[in-house]
This record gives sequence, C-alpha cells and structure tokens, in this order.
Amino acid sequence: MKIAYYPGCTLKNRARELDRTARESAALLGIELEEIPVWQCCGGAYTSAKDEIATKLSSVRALAAGRQIGDGRVATVCSACYNVLKQTNHEFAVNPDFDFKVNNYLKGDPEYHGEGEVVHLLELLRDEVGFEELARRVTKPLKGKRIAAYYGCLLLRPSSALAFDDPENPKIMEDFIRALGAEPVLYPMRNECCGGYLTLSDRETAKRRSTAVKESAREMGADFMITACPLCLYNLTKNTDDPIPVRYFTEVLADALGLGGE
Amino acid sequence: MQKIGVFVCHCGTNIAATVDVKAVAEALGREPSVAVSTDYPYMCSESGQNLIKDAIREHALDGVVICSCSPRMHENTFRKAAAQAGLNPYMVEIANIREQCSWIHKDKEEATEKAIILGRAAIAKVLLNAPLTAGESPVTKRALVIGGGIAGIQTALDIAEAGFPVDIVEKEPTIGGKMAQLDKTFPTLDCAACILTPKMVDCAQNENIRILSFSEVEAVSGFVGNFTVKIRRKARYVDETKCTGCGLCTEKCPVKKVPNEFNLGMDQRRAVYIPFAQAVPKVARIDPDWCNMLKNGKCGLCSKICTVGAIDYKQQDTILEEQYGAIVAATGYEPIKVDRYDEYAYTQSKDVITSLEFERLTNAAGPTSGTLLRPSDGRHPHTIVFIQCVGSRCTPEKGKTYCSKICCMYTAKHAMLTREKYPDTDVYVFYIDVRTPGKNFDEFYRRAAEEYGVHYIKGAVGKVAPRADGTLDVQGSDLLMNEQLHIRADLVVLAAAIEPSKTARPLATMLTASMDTNDFFTEAHPKLRPVESPTAGIFLSGACQGPKDIPETVSQASACAAKVIGLLAKDKLTGNPCVAHSDEWMCNGCSNCASVCPYGAITYEDRDFRMPDRTTKTRRVAIVNPAVCQGCGACTVACPSGAMDLYGFSNSQIMAEVDAICK
Amino acid sequence: MNHDFKDRIVRMSGAAVEKCMRCGKCSATCPNYGEMEYHPHQFVYMVERGEVERLMASPSIYACLTCFACVERCPRGVEPAKVIEAVRLEVIRQKGQNYLKPDDIPATLDDDLPQQALVTALRKFAK
Repeated sequence: MKIAYYPGCTLKNRARELDRTARESAALLGIELEEIPVWQCCGGAYTSAKDEIATKLSSVRALAAGRQIGDGRVATVCSACYNVLKQTNHEFAVNPDFDFKVNNYLKGDPEYHGEGEVVHLLELLRDEVGFEELARRVTKPLKGKRIAAYYGCLLLRPSSALAFDDPENPKIMEDFIRALGAEPVLYPMRNECCGGYLTLSDRETAKRRSTAVKESAREMGADFMITACPLCLYNLTKNTDDPIPVRYFTEVLADALGLGGE
Repeated sequence: MQKIGVFVCHCGTNIAATVDVKAVAEALGREPSVAVSTDYPYMCSESGQNLIKDAIREHALDGVVICSCSPRMHENTFRKAAAQAGLNPYMVEIANIREQCSWIHKDKEEATEKAIILGRAAIAKVLLNAPLTAGESPVTKRALVIGGGIAGIQTALDIAEAGFPVDIVEKEPTIGGKMAQLDKTFPTLDCAACILTPKMVDCAQNENIRILSFSEVEAVSGFVGNFTVKIRRKARYVDETKCTGCGLCTEKCPVKKVPNEFNLGMDQRRAVYIPFAQAVPKVARIDPDWCNMLKNGKCGLCSKICTVGAIDYKQQDTILEEQYGAIVAATGYEPIKVDRYDEYAYTQSKDVITSLEFERLTNAAGPTSGTLLRPSDGRHPHTIVFIQCVGSRCTPEKGKTYCSKICCMYTAKHAMLTREKYPDTDVYVFYIDVRTPGKNFDEFYRRAAEEYGVHYIKGAVGKVAPRADGTLDVQGSDLLMNEQLHIRADLVVLAAAIEPSKTARPLATMLTASMDTNDFFTEAHPKLRPVESPTAGIFLSGACQGPKDIPETVSQASACAAKVIGLLAKDKLTGNPCVAHSDEWMCNGCSNCASVCPYGAITYEDRDFRMPDRTTKTRRVAIVNPAVCQGCGACTVACPSGAMDLYGFSNSQIMAEVDAICK
Repeated sequence: MNHDFKDRIVRMSGAAVEKCMRCGKCSATCPNYGEMEYHPHQFVYMVERGEVERLMASPSIYACLTCFACVERCPRGVEPAKVIEAVRLEVIRQKGQNYLKPDDIPATLDDDLPQQALVTALRKFAK
C-alpha cells in the first residue's frame, strides 16, 4: 500500500537514521511511504490557544496534500509531528470557527475541512501489516533482549484528540517489541515527560525528568529503550548519565528484519 | 342549552395582583351558555368549594369552569366537590390563569386579556365534555421483589408482615447482596453478616415469603394490580428440595481453581460450591463452566458423596409464570471497573485494590481470613494510601457525574479499623471533600482523624507508580501545604464509584419503568414520591434508584413496602377514565397506535362486522386497555384515520379550545 | 480582580475554569511541580478569580512542559495546561517580551540537538 508520508524537519537532518530505517522497513513490509512533495515544518508543538491560527497552517497544508496520495491519510514517524498534525486535524472536527478561519485565510489553496486522517507508523504496523505477520517476517529476532518502550507524552496525550492507545496503560509498543522476538519491560515512567523543549531554557529540569525516566526503566530491568521522538532520544541520551542505550524503534525494526545499517 | 358555571379564583394576590379577576368573571359571564360567573379569594378553601357546590345545585349546572392555579394542584379537589354536589366530576375544566398567566406576566392589562381567553377556551371545552365514569380493575394480592439484597429483603419482610404473600427473585444462588460481602458497617461498626443474616433467615422462615434464588425475570406483561411475570429458575444441578447444605460435595470436588466471585477473584472455590457459609438458601450449585462432569462427562464424585441424592446433572432451567399486583425493583449496585483510571496502576499491581476488595481482605471469612495482607506477596502492609472519588464527580466523558455517596464513610471506616487493628501501620486518605451527612456520620469520621491518627490529606493523587521492590510510589497533592507529596505505600485502595447493576436496564425495559442516563431507576417525583416509578404498580427500593448507604436503604425499603401494601390492600383499583378508545368502524388495524404507546396498552382483535352489503367481514381493530392507558394521547396523534380519540381530551374538544383562543 | 485579562485568558484557552472542583489532581500529576511558583491548580483558581497579573509576572509560565498530564487526568475536563499557555501568550505577545530570543540559542547548541527542540522552544517562548 502507498501512503502519504510527512517526515518532519528533524528526520531530514539530525534524525536521518529514523527516517531511513522507517522507509526501508516499511517498504520491506509492503508499505510505501511516499513523501509529500512540498511541506513545511510542523512547528514541533501544537499551540492550544484558540486564536493561534497561523501556526497551524503548515499542518493544514500537509494534511491537504496528503489527500492526493494513496488512500488520503498522512503517516508520520516522529511523535511530535504526529501530535501536531493529528491535533490540527481534530480541531476541524470540534471547532467550526477554526475551519472557517483557516479556509478563509488559505482561500481554497488548498481547501481542507478535516477529511483526512493522521496515522503513526506503529499504527500501520499494527493494523495494515499486523504484529503476527511482522513476527513472521523477522529474520533476526531480538531474543533475550529486555526492551523498555518509551512513549513520552506526545504519542498519547491528549487522548481525546489522539486516540492512539490507552494513555495510562498503552500496549502498542510492547506488542511491537514482542513481535520482534524481545521481551517488553513495563515501567511506570514510560508515559511521563522527558523534559522536552525545556532542555533549551532549563536544562536542569530536562536532566531531572530524563534521569527519572531512565531510572524507572533501569529499575525494571531494561537492556535498552526505544522511542519514536528525536527530542526524547536526545534528552534520554544527553541529559542523563545513565548508560542504557536509547534507539529509534525503526532502527530496531530494521535490525530485526535483517536490513543492514548504512 | 347547557348551563355552565364559571368561578374565578384570586388565589390571594398570586392571581389577583396581576389579573383583574373581577373583570375576568364579568367578561366570561357574558359568554353564551354561562349561567353564573363569580370570583372568590380562595376557591380551593372549604368556603370556596361550598360556593361551587351551592351554585351547581342552585343553577342546575351541566358543567363547571374554574379559573385558578394549575390542574396539578387542585383538579382532584374540584372534581370531588362537583361529585359531592351531584355533578359528574369529569364535567369540570380548569383554566390555568396562575402558572400559565399571572405568574409569567407583568402587565395587568395583558394578563387579564389572556386570562379571559384561557377562560373562553375552557368553556368551549367543557361544552363538549361528556360525563365519564372511572373503570375498575381487580388487584392480585401478591408482590414481586426483584433483587434479594438488604433492600429487597427489608421490603419483602415488611410486605409479608402486613399479611401479603411476596416472592423474592434473586439472580445469585443466595440472597444477601453486597451487604453480605461487607465486614463492618458504619456508623455503628456492626458486623454486616451479624445484622443481615437474621433478616435473611427471617425471609426463609416467613410463611408469606417465597425465595426464588438463582432465578431471573424474563418477561413482564400486564398492568398495575395485574402483572403476569415469567421467571426463569436457572439450573443449579442440585435439587433444592433435597440439599441440606452440609457442604460435603464442596469439600471433595477435584476442581479447586475456580476464581471465587464472592471474594472478587482474590481466592478460589470449587466447581460445586456454596457461595458463603450463611447462604440462604443453603444449597450447593455446580458451575457448568468448570465442572468436569457437565463439560466432558467425567467425574461424578459429588453425586456419589451426597448422602441425600441431591445432585442432578440433568437438571434444566424451568420457567415459572406468576401473577402479581405490585412489582418492586431492588437490583442494587456494582462498583465500576477502574481499569480506565490506570494512572492509579490498578491493572499493573496486585497491591492496588478497590474498596470492596479491601472489605473482603479484612473480613474474617475472606481470602486471608481477616488478616490484612498484600495480595502480591502476602506480607503485612505498613503504609496504606486510600484514594477517594475514583470515577465519581467527573464530567460525563471521564466517568460518572454523580457523587457515589458511601465512599467517604466507608473509607473512614476502613482507615479507622486498620489503625485499630494494626497501630504500627500508617494510613493516609487523599480526599477532595469529606461528605458525612448522616446521623453520627461526621463524628465517626472525626474519630478516625482525631482518635485513630488517620492522616487526611486534602488533595488528589496524580499517579501511582509500582516500584521494582514491590512498593507503590503515590504522587499526590497536599493543597493546604502547597506541596507535591511522594508517599511509598504497600497497599493502595481506590474508592471506586458505584453504578447500577447491569441487569437493571433490561429489567426497566421489561417493566416499562423509566431510567436516567446513569441507569438508575427514575422516581415518580424526586422529593414527594421517591419510592415509586412513574409506571403504576412498579416500586423502587434501594441503590437501584440512586447511591445510598444501609440506613437509607432500609428506610427506603420500608417506605417502598408501605406503598406496595397501600396498593395490595385495595380490592379494586379505580382507573383514570380519560383514556383512549378506538372507533372500530374507522380503525384499519394499521398498528401505528400500538407502536407509539409507551405503556403497552393497545392490543388487536379480530372482529366480525356486518357490512352495508349484508356480508360479514372480519377486521383487525385496535383495543385499548383502559386500566393500562395513561391518557398520554400519543396514539390519537399517530392514528392516520382519526379512529383513535381520547375521552376528556377529544380531538373536537382541542379544536374547540384552539378556535376559542384564536377568535 | 481584573476581568479583562480573565475574559481574554478564558476565551483564548477555551478552558472551562469554572468546572474545577479544587481536587488538586493536576498539580499532583505535574512532573515539573517543584520548579513552579504557582502550580496548575493555582493557575486555574487564580484565573477564575481574575488574579492574572501575578501569574503573568511569575516564572512558572515558563516551567510548563506541555506534557498534558494535567489535561489527561483532570476528572472535570478543565485543561489547566491550556490556561497556562494562554497566560504565557499574554506575556510574550507583548513587544519585547519574548522569553527565548534567537541570540540565546547558539549557546545551547550541540551536535546532537534536534532542530525539533529549537523550533518547539521558539514556538512556545517567542512570538
């Protein structure tokens, strides 16, 4: 199947591995991620204020462009892009004023009213491929590895808009880990914030948050952690002294599928 | 020529301040057919009523119009007065010039004009009134109580005491309900079983009470005073008439790992079991999902062991059909599932439990014989945190909107009993409010805080994080200290919201009794008629009507019984004569009316008609049961041929009112 | 009590501050509680009371991680994070009131910092 793909700025730059391994693994599993021809940065954060319209336009354009590719949905790999695009799309459903103002500004170029849908690669793996099928395609199972999935906040909250998984007890990444032949590790901090963008303005806080997350994973016996967010990966590696490795979920997926590194 | 009397009430200043009542009386007095028109300060008073009665006799009135307050207030009063004066009570019409006029207008001229118009409409209607006689229906002097918890038990005992036979239908193998699972009860700290079991035994021994345990209501038809109910007596594979409750079979059964529902899955029972030691009836039941004999024909040990031959693997469900005059809904409550509030880690740790599970742990007949032990490792908890309002007081998207009423008190009870039995254990309660409205309730909770050293912290808990060492990190707000606390607990207890039993909604459908959006049975009036359903003959007892504790439940149960007794004490019921009827010559049997009737009052009959061409034709026509019909008029609107009409509110009458208003 | 600010904040955020039942769950769950002078429950309460200026002057508005834990867990659907963001916007939308200026950025850079961090921080702290 073919689906519109919104990589986001970081995947084109500092998180190239996340992008490459995502595309290659998906392709192997029958999902062609076709990049939207023209797109701009989503902004990294969804501004919740009701009068913030301009900051959401790049997302609207991406969603509209996605309608022309594949089945009209937009797939993302980065948690932040997922969060921003999906919340923007949801706003059309719950806020007619937003719909009006956006389309008034864009003047039909493009016209968009929330018809599209945003999906994360993990959801595609679960729903289009199926974790059982994925397990069958794994050639290098990660046997014996105890992997802690880190969701962070952006994939799960606000659950009323994202509906990605149970916000307090998600299982999609743990099912993914099992499909790769490894053992998932549950720990209470897997859905708590790593510190996010505060690393720039208040690094101490980011250090505290990330350390707490890693400590929790370590306490429950993790060998390494996986995540879908470049900022989470940065915080969890650079803002703590804990040596537990943190990798992108697609890197681990690529390894398990037998796709070599670059 | 009919003679109508018009009586305009001042209602003190309620009407007279905004409506010129004398002008109204005068104007209406000039209407055709009006023989007398007068006003009076309080028409409903004895002297006011006498005024009406005298006028009826003096002028030989055919009909009476009273311009006053809403008919809901005094329609009955004036009907009785008319009847006493020898006038058919249904020749009385009320023009509501208070709630619909004086109370909503400010301008006297406008209000007076409107009052006159309303009076005219009432006169137009009463001119078309026909005298009506209320019908009668018999009353089956037997009551059905659905639900055998403390509410059902108390209601049944009170009805039986009045001398009426009553059946209790209980879906579980034993009566007792939730109260049988409780340890001690607030505010007296009586042992629940000790005060409940005598009542359960009373039910069993009372000659007026029949307990139909392990049974469910399957269908209900009929109407107040005359219900026909089908009850399914489910197969327990044990002959109730032979089993002595000796328990031998339960000791020998080889299937030992069945999750025990009575202990909320915290321990196991056998495939053949008696729910608890004081069960009434004390009869074993074989669980067909687990029994080897019933599943694959192997075993049969219990049958061999039983000394009275009570085991019957071939037992089938049976259906019992009975007649009842009154039905009581007493289906009780269930705690909600707290899985969706997993910030509290209920699904992630065995040591996060609900309050009912805590109750079982502290109960001497519970999974740990009453010693408070952590479900995970069986060790004693040294720090316990209670979290209040889980799933209650939320917006509709997040949970139940209501307060579950019993949790503040039972948590104070749990905290106090824990501190008493284990003085070395620290107990914290994170609360939003502490609600203790009952008699001796606040003093009870203050004892927990002041005498037993329970730490009450004002603030909610944000997250419970299970740690690798088996403890639980509780992260909560202390709003008074403006701090975020971390408490390392060994046990966390969630005060889960309570909701009606899942059987309640299907039952409400069978009874055509109304429910609110939370599945609580609706009462006829929240303040003045709290134990009756708006559906005649259905009564409400206990938590199925709204969250309540035991003292309130017992009060309500007795109140409910009083209403039932009031009904069953009558030999006949007088119906409302303002019922629908179908003109059989115009009816084409299309079924529109029956499908809109909320009370199930319409059925169909094949009748023979002698046609104009002298042949006999059989036609299907609608028949309205006047005892069930509540006169709502929905059928008259739905009827496409105009065959259906309403006595007392006929189509022509309503059109006459409209014409009078629009003149 | 300044109702102009309050009305603006309520309108901008779309948050239902009157629904708050003062349970404190938002503050209980806030991961950065320790760094805040005013905590999420206080933001909601103070906005309801119209005491917005004190909030605007407080560094707490820059301590919110926008992790939405308070939004997710509030039983009444109040959405405190949106209130905090609205107060912060009131400040940084004023001329010269950006919390993070482009000149501040180079000192924070390293080879691994994803641009996502820069973009997000600027979106949150600068107008």
